[in-house]
Amino acid sequence: MTQAVATHEAPKSFIRRYIFSTDHKVIGLQYLFLAMAAVTIGIVLSIYMRLRLAWPTERWPLLAKLFPQAMAGGTISPEFYLSLVTMHGTIMVFFVLTTAPLGGFGNYFLPIQVGAHDMAFPVLNMLSFWVTLAGFLVLLAAFFVSGGAPISGWTAYAPLSAVGEIAGPGLGMGQNLWIVSIALFCIASLLGALNFITTTLNLRTKGMSMTRLPLTVWAWFTTAVLALLAFPVLLAGGILLLLDRVAGTSFFVPAGLIVSDKILPHKGGSPLLWQHLFWFFGHPEVYIAILPGMGITSHVLSTFARKPIFGYRAMVAAIFAIGLLGFLVWGHHMFVSGMSPYSAIAFSLLTLSIGVPSAIKTFNWLATLYKAQIRFTVPMLFALGFVSIFVTGGLSGIILGQTSLDIPMHDTYFVVAHFHLIMGVAAIFGIFAGTYYWFPKMFGRMMNDALGKLHFWLTFIGIYAIFIPMHILGIAGHPRRYAETAGFDFLAPLQPIHVFITIAALVTAAAQVLFFFNFFWSIWKGRRAEINPWRATTLEWTIPSPPPHDNFGPQAPVVHHGPYEYSVPGAAEDYILQTAPPTAMKS
Amino acid sequence: MAEHIERLRFAEWEGGISPFAVGSKKLGMWLFIVSDSLTFSGLLVGYSYVRIASERWPMPFELWPTIVMATLMTFCLLSSSLTMALAVRASSLGDRSRTVRFILLTMLGGILFILLHAKEWAGLIAEGVRMWENPWGVPLFGASFFTLTGLHMLHVASGVIYLGVIALGVSRGRFTHEDVEISGLYWHFVDLVWMFIFPLVYLLSVKMP
Ligand code: HEM
Ligand SMILES: [Cu+2]
Repeated sequence: MTQAVATHEAPKSFIRRYIFSTDHKVIGLQYLFLAMAAVTIGIVLSIYMRLRLAWPTERWPLLAKLFPQAMAGGTISPEFYLSLVTMHGTIMVFFVLTTAPLGGFGNYFLPIQVGAHDMAFPVLNMLSFWVTLAGFLVLLAAFFVSGGAPISGWTAYAPLSAVGEIAGPGLGMGQNLWIVSIALFCIASLLGALNFITTTLNLRTKGMSMTRLPLTVWAWFTTAVLALLAFPVLLAGGILLLLDRVAGTSFFVPAGLIVSDKILPHKGGSPLLWQHLFWFFGHPEVYIAILPGMGITSHVLSTFARKPIFGYRAMVAAIFAIGLLGFLVWGHHMFVSGMSPYSAIAFSLLTLSIGVPSAIKTFNWLATLYKAQIRFTVPMLFALGFVSIFVTGGLSGIILGQTSLDIPMHDTYFVVAHFHLIMGVAAIFGIFAGTYYWFPKMFGRMMNDALGKLHFWLTFIGIYAIFIPMHILGIAGHPRRYAETAGFDFLAPLQPIHVFITIAALVTAAAQVLFFFNFFWSIWKGRRAEINPWRATTLEWTIPSPPPHDNFGPQAPVVHHGPYEYSVPGAAEDYILQTAPPTAMKS
Repeated sequence: MAEHIERLRFAEWEGGISPFAVGSKKLGMWLFIVSDSLTFSGLLVGYSYVRIASERWPMPFELWPTIVMATLMTFCLLSSSLTMALAVRASSLGDRSRTVRFILLTMLGGILFILLHAKEWAGLIAEGVRMWENPWGVPLFGASFFTLTGLHMLHVASGVIYLGVIALGVSRGRFTHEDVEISGLYWHFVDLVWMFIFPLVYLLSVKMP
């Protein structure tokens, strides 16, 4: 009793087909290209910061061309450095790490992997992309308004972010634009989350029971649930922050605050309230960034280990446990905020307990690799890199999760090292793994293997060269978000480390050119890909590359197998497609 | 027995019909409600936080007129929930004209609520309550009052428009029963939010003798 599905024709006009498209695949690519633009800008900003840190007194007339006003005289002022920190962090966290894995790959592959013809709400899906793009443009506009971009960081801590221009450059119009941009992003995420959850629950094809979902789908689904629950709280915080700035309220500004020798008129709010609202969102947000990467890693490891993923159900349970615990630990960002030591103990214990599901995932990945005949393709290398970096970054998390250790370490480079490795780089490795893995499906061509391997090794070594030394800076007490490295005696001996990190960063950034070249070159010139070049099992590998507008044509696929049936004894090949005819074996 | 359970667990769902027996649109609305209620929770928690953190939160509301009027507003909203439920029932029976009539009554309840609320706002503003100050001290009193009730009123107003669209569509035979039901979900949710705002913002701020 298969159901015939009404096929929809691809729209004819260019605008409806590629610009205002409701096709989840086009929308997924739009998200991916947005993230590529964003990550390019984000990397450029980070280069500016690294140069300033390594050679604090140097002049950079060439770099000043991009920011003629902010860099008048060719130097990066401490204030402009903070603008760079803010914009770099905001762009990367929201418009790269949230946009690419969820908006990009999730949109493109979740419907296909569950056997659907599109998302449940295609129009909302289109809106969610356009609202995200609007948010991005509003954010970039902050560079060009008077006062420039805000200096309050991606966390926009009040009262700095709440009191306006008087507290520093960029805190006027720039900060307003930042808030509007984030509010738009919240709304877009809500629209996206509605789609992801509904599609996963309601649009699965015949035979695609929840226990046959690929782990990627489980990861996107859980991520969408987190987004559904976390972003609205940030929205509430954003509304209050905006009111503090434009309507004269003082939710986040304490009474009697003196800024630049003036007593502010605000009365009676609490800066801590912002921290609570922000981190109630902020901690789940870090998992929003990394969960899809975990899903992709599981998927890719199983494919190239030619083995079923070890402990499928444990993996799903671990994803859920991480998601749930993620809502209970936001206080670990506030250990030094003056919170009661009793709350700190509770937050600390809950934080450390996230180590348990994280370890379950890690050991299951290792068990999947155990005695496997691994094929070291480029996506596999990046998935292995993900595991390595996830462990390295997680270990520093365990250190920071303990109040007594966090108090000296908070607001130092140690935290910068921790979150860049685990959130930034691990998620980026997930994105790379996904790109190299699904590129043949998305564009019908293979990416170049040799270039990909070179890209992997340069990036993998480069990343460790950048971030391992940052742990040492942090332990030595080097504060984060701090430009004046030449100003203090105790920082002077650390300067060579800064120089080393900057050189490593320049090399690693240059290595990304290889990726972009490989990507665009392969779109047009790559070797043609077969339908299933990796000999993988899930539904996207049963349809043409690139998939047609309605994915599966008039007939919905019927699923008979679990997602990871590799090297099944007695089977003709070392993989069984999910749509292969049923066998005697239980899936 | 065990074998039976095993078979049930692995029983293949036939596809096409939603396995959790809730339509996609309705599920979408439920998810929106979950998300939106978290925005309100964020604001209500923020309000409670600053209220507790303030030394003397003002309690200026007199039984007459404020509380009586607010009760009347509550009554409007609650009755509109009743008429909405009746509209959903009528539409489930396929009675289009009754459905439209009950939706119109629901909208009337919403509009009355907004009018009464606007009158109350005007009164408070006349007394000198602003986002940044008020006659009774703690400036955050006015700020949180206007923010919470304002955002709620925005939801009621959008709800009235939304119901208007649904009523129009139903009268032209364009919307299904499910659409009516979904708009009902939204409307009940907006009521429910008020049932938190009313005690937390109004009843807790009644003037003590
Ligand atoms: C066992 C796992 C983890 C533990 C115990 C942990 C613990 C912590 C703690 C205690 C802090 C606060 C440090 C401070 O500001 O003083 C922190 C910061 C941070 N963590 Fe983790 N973490 C873990 C995993 C992760 C993961 C998986 C991600 C992201 C994918 C992540 C992203 C971040 C970010 C972005 C920050 C810094 C935010 C900022 O202040 O700008 N962490 N972590
Ligand atoms: Cu955290």
